[in-house]
Amino acid sequence: MRQAMPKQAAEERAQNFAEVALGYTLEQAIAEANRCLQCKRPLCVEGCPVHIDIPGFLKLLAEGNPIPALAKIKEQNSLPAICGRVCPQENQCEGRCVVGIKGDPIAIGNLERFVADYAREVGQEPVLTPAQSLDKKVAVIGSGPAGLAAAADLAQFGYQVTVFESLHAAGGVLRYGIPEFRLPKDIVQHEIDAISELGVEIVTNHLIGQTLTLDDLFEAGYSAIFIGTGAGLPNFLNIPGENLNGVYSANEFLTRVNLMKAYLPEYDTPIKVGQKVAVVGAGNVAMDAARTAKRLGAEEVRIVYRRSRQEMPARLEEIENAEEEGILFSLLTNPVEMIGDESNTVKVLRCQRMTLGEPDQSGRRNPVPVPNEYIDLSADTVIVAIGQGPNPVLLRGTEGLALTERGYIKVNDENLMTSIPGVFAAGDIVTGAATVIQAMGAGRKAASAIHAYLLEQEGN
Amino acid sequence: MRIVEKRILAKGICLFVIEAPLIAKKAEPGQFVIVRHKENGERIPLTIADYNRDQGTITLVCHGIGKSTQEINQLNQGDSFLDVLGPLGLAMPIEKVGKVLCVAGGLGVAPMYPITRILKAAGNHIISIIGARSQEMLIMTEEMEAVSNQIHYCTDDGSFGHHGFVTDVLSQVLQEQEIDLVVAIGPLPMMAAVAKITKEFAVPTQVSLNALMVDGTGMCGGCRVTIGEKTKFACVDGPVFDAHQVNFAELLSRQNFYRDQEQAALHQCRIGVGR
Repeated sequence: MRQAMPKQAAEERAQNFAEVALGYTLEQAIAEANRCLQCKRPLCVEGCPVHIDIPGFLKLLAEGNPIPALAKIKEQNSLPAICGRVCPQENQCEGRCVVGIKGDPIAIGNLERFVADYAREVGQEPVLTPAQSLDKKVAVIGSGPAGLAAAADLAQFGYQVTVFESLHAAGGVLRYGIPEFRLPKDIVQHEIDAISELGVEIVTNHLIGQTLTLDDLFEAGYSAIFIGTGAGLPNFLNIPGENLNGVYSANEFLTRVNLMKAYLPEYDTPIKVGQKVAVVGAGNVAMDAARTAKRLGAEEVRIVYRRSRQEMPARLEEIENAEEEGILFSLLTNPVEMIGDESNTVKVLRCQRMTLGEPDQSGRRNPVPVPNEYIDLSADTVIVAIGQGPNPVLLRGTEGLALTERGYIKVNDENLMTSIPGVFAAGDIVTGAATVIQAMGAGRKAASAIHAYLLEQEGN
Repeated sequence: MRIVEKRILAKGICLFVIEAPLIAKKAEPGQFVIVRHKENGERIPLTIADYNRDQGTITLVCHGIGKSTQEINQLNQGDSFLDVLGPLGLAMPIEKVGKVLCVAGGLGVAPMYPITRILKAAGNHIISIIGARSQEMLIMTEEMEAVSNQIHYCTDDGSFGHHGFVTDVLSQVLQEQEIDLVVAIGPLPMMAAVAKITKEFAVPTQVSLNALMVDGTGMCGGCRVTIGEKTKFACVDGPVFDAHQVNFAELLSRQNFYRDQEQAALHQCRIGVGR
């Protein structure tokens, strides 16, 4: 039997911002690790975007050695306490686990989290040291998952790495996007500190493209540049009334709460949530926004989604967590207009009923409007969580940087180099919005490519 | 980011010269920065009122209206801002067009100054119209006089210059002479009134919008404004826009969204310090 993750009770946790999942005990972790069959050809490793030696770390843990188990993970993944919490393991390692064919797969994510937390709590973390020291500087733009993973690998190769972050705190989406109750910020800081200890310098309050350009960085002696800025421009619905007061992008709503800590009285940034909140969209970000609104005291929080339950892109675990916390779901419901009161504040989200038609390119059945069937949902706050596009700041400030038709950075598929020699890019700014671990995997791939590129330059 | 000079320009309005060499090197008229003055503080956008590339300094002017801006104005020479990010936004495009009317109200004189200076340097004939509630609230008059061919003052209470609004003088000037461009920076109702008048005279008009923001880099969308039929982000698409396309009523209501919380914070703040 798979060990169940202990959690805060739903009614209790919906009132606080403390972490929902409480973590395994050592006994639970060892029992769970012992369920691993130690496959000769482990499919779980293939399913992992950064190819952690999963049977290897599970074996060490099963033998009662969580610290060496963490060292094994850290060979491939610089942010285990984060990935153990936010990776969609059901589609990756655990989705490929052989034990999962007939029963429940090994709880690989929970165990990754456990070993990282255990080592941190007992203060015995494996110390990583660079293989050598190379007299070359590499600049990393963006301190989100792609940037941090690239920076960690580049530092291990021996480069002098500087990470440039535009906000006042590092972490990107880990900092401003994912809420405290799913990913505590002191854990994020701890993992970032570990990367700093590798010798990586993190410089905040620098918006590359404005404060400094790529040319400035080359002039300052950086031999290569990695762009991992993410897809930071929120999409809106483009329906009437969307600029009414009380209408937030999920980015704004979550940034006010997570980065600026508007939920704590001693912080000055304001937020308003009201009694009734409608969150448009059904991805992980939408679930985060809905559950955050609930914790801020909203009476009724509702996910509004134009397709049906089967098509919701959020992780099943997050959907279940939201349901347990009392989040309502209005499915096959598509917003068409927002209507305000006399003070220009939203009060009604007008939606059209939808039905499912033929599958579209994504393989999901296409939502089709039902003629003349509308429903008015009352809402003091509407949060739009329907994805993001490429942020234009760096792109427009950089001559010669080729973009795709959708405005993302064009890279060579093999080595992730952009149209500018020595400039590499990976993560959401190349692929469009994806997951933390995919961005990390791409960042690591770019780090290796940069290493190869610089060795080749050296040779010439 | 250390404050090398602080001046009180008027009641509640302070000028800070800050060491920020990278920002000073890149700053252009119309751009802004985002500052945080303390760990728990808000991110506050402030327009760059001047910059000195040689000395590596930028000048900011802050009007203490809310809790954070009042706290910022308590900072002194030698103190530091915790964070200064910039320069942000697009620079205002500057070219020689002929006669330019620079209309500034209240704190708007601060961001107007570098724009006027560059417009003048580009060979334009500058007529400035500066307004404030009263004579004591008129700021940066010497600086503006140095970069204007002609200058008009207006005060709401008549304590200096024309007794009335900048728009009175604006209408008069537009009736008397051919103007090629109007630039207006000040409180939203002033900019809206200017836009209405210059539209009648069909004179191209630029305004600088001070929408509410969080990150200032295009990430949150809190600063969205309706320009023509389209939604734009003031932080990355602006802050300077064609005044005749701006939906001022919407922007005004968005600016006031947190007004009640601001007032509550100020009230608490005063209780806290026993005043």
